[in-house]
Amino acid sequence: MEKRLRLVAPALAIVLAAIASLAFAEIPLSQRRSGYEQMSREVKAMQDDDTSNPASLSVLDGEALWTRREGSAQKSCADCHHDAETSMRGVSARYPAFDAAKRRPLDIEQRINLCRTEKQQATPLPFESRDLLALTAYLGKQSRGMPIAVISDDDTKPFIEAGRQIYARRQGQLNLSCQNCHDDNAGQKLAGVELPQGHPTGYPLYRLEWQSLGSLQRRLRNCLFGMRAEPYAYGADEYVDLELFLMWRARGMTVETPAVRP
Amino acid sequence: MVATLMLGASASARAQGVRPYTVVGDAIPASLTGAPGDPERGLKIVTNRQVGLCLLCHSGPYPEERFQGTMAPTLAGAGTRWSEGQLRLRMVDAARISPETIMPPYYRVDGLTRVAPGFRGKTILTAEQIEDVVAYLKTLKN
Ligand code: HEC
Ligand code: HEC
Ligand code: HEC
Repeated sequence: MEKRLRLVAPALAIVLAAIASLAFAEIPLSQRRSGYEQMSREVKAMQDDDTSNPASLSVLDGEALWTRREGSAQKSCADCHHDAETSMRGVSARYPAFDAAKRRPLDIEQRINLCRTEKQQATPLPFESRDLLALTAYLGKQSRGMPIAVISDDDTKPFIEAGRQIYARRQGQLNLSCQNCHDDNAGQKLAGVELPQGHPTGYPLYRLEWQSLGSLQRRLRNCLFGMRAEPYAYGADEYVDLELFLMWRARGMTVETPAVRP
Repeated sequence: MVATLMLGASASARAQGVRPYTVVGDAIPASLTGAPGDPERGLKIVTNRQVGLCLLCHSGPYPEERFQGTMAPTLAGAGTRWSEGQLRLRMVDAARISPETIMPPYYRVDGLTRVAPGFRGKTILTAEQIEDVVAYLKTLKN
């Protein structure tokens, strides 16, 4: 018995290591790079300078919305949360976060809408609407420069794991996984485009190709579309799990919101 | 030893328009359509980013194409390295050659997950297009 174990254990360890390396070739923490670093000098400058960053307008819109009384409660965000620069500092950096009542993580858009419906008694803002993007950009700006700090604990771990599985799963007519491009081939060229590692450091962000601000879910839809995979509905649990996994994968990286991307 | 396998011959595959073919070892020796393809049409498919998608990942002997991929080896010389039948199997379902490959299965509809509605039940290329591409790849000698 003992002899058999001694033979089996190393073999098992090798097999497990092989499976692990096949299943998930994770980028070492120290080698992670934001998509920012792959951009041209011009586009970097656009992101860095608030006066040239096209997303700055949305941040200003968000600031105005922060103090606007809404819904049948006729309360503004500021009525309860006061100065966003203090109360919302570092908040976006730890979203998606676990919501005890919903028993699952909510992303920052869903969290804002929860206050819309429950605290302001107003209708939720549609995904990708101007106002929701503006509020998200305004809140995100309050975390700019701070490290991404989503919480990995007993509550969130199953959802991080669910996101990881979606990330690693082959999908769509082209039968590709997110991991195929963003881990295994990051830095390589997909046609003319250098593949980024796919870190969600700057959302919502202004994408030159969109000529508008867009959420992380919009970005994920774009990638799924490229894979010829069926996109999830905006707000779907799968997106939030994926967002949570991506934020966890980018833990410690710097929030750039509102970023600019080509 | 020659392993012969019937693939794509199930009733459901036929209903979806995938023609049956025979894999012999690491090749599909016979044309999917029973006729040879047209290399000129094959070149157009290979260099078309919406149809063949090849240059997303591959580069090739196309100095006029500015944006070529670096995720896969060059197509130059493919006709020297591989036989017609090997190229055909590579195109039909590259995963049968290397299971972990990222090269899409151009003539397979089974075993795929969450395919977008517009592409569901359809192969990436038709049998005729596969034959055109194979005929073209055969001309890539070095
Ligand atoms: C009536 C008071 C009230 C209003 C109005 C309100 N909130 Fe809240 N908000 C709260 C409370 C209280 C919490 C703490 C969690 C809870 O009890 O639901 C909270 C939590 C939050 C959080 C999560 C903070 C964290 O640390 O995780 C965000 C983000 C937020 N609110 C944004 C907004 C925004 C944006 C608006 C305006 C659209 C808004 N809130 C309007 C009371 C309010
Ligand atoms: C075929 C390769 C490919 C696959 C598969 C793919 N992506 Fe992407 N992804 C890209 C490219 C290319 C870009 C950058 C586009 C650009 O800058 O024009 C990108 C951008 C991103 C970004 C934005 C990074 C930033 O700096 O803002 C995220 C996040 C992302 N992808 C996540 C995913 C996820 C999650 C999946 C799986 C659902 C996925 N991608 C699948 C190619 C891919
Ligand atoms: C998503 C990326 C991708 C796309 C798209 C793609 N391939 Fe490939 N292809 C690969 C990779 C990676 C290899 C390397 C071997 C392997 O991993 O299977 C390969 C290998 C090959 C080979 C063998 C190369 C050699 O000589 O060793 C040929 C031929 C080939 N591909 C042709 C094509 C053609 C033709 C198309 C378009 C109809 C195409 N590929 C589309 C990724 C791709």
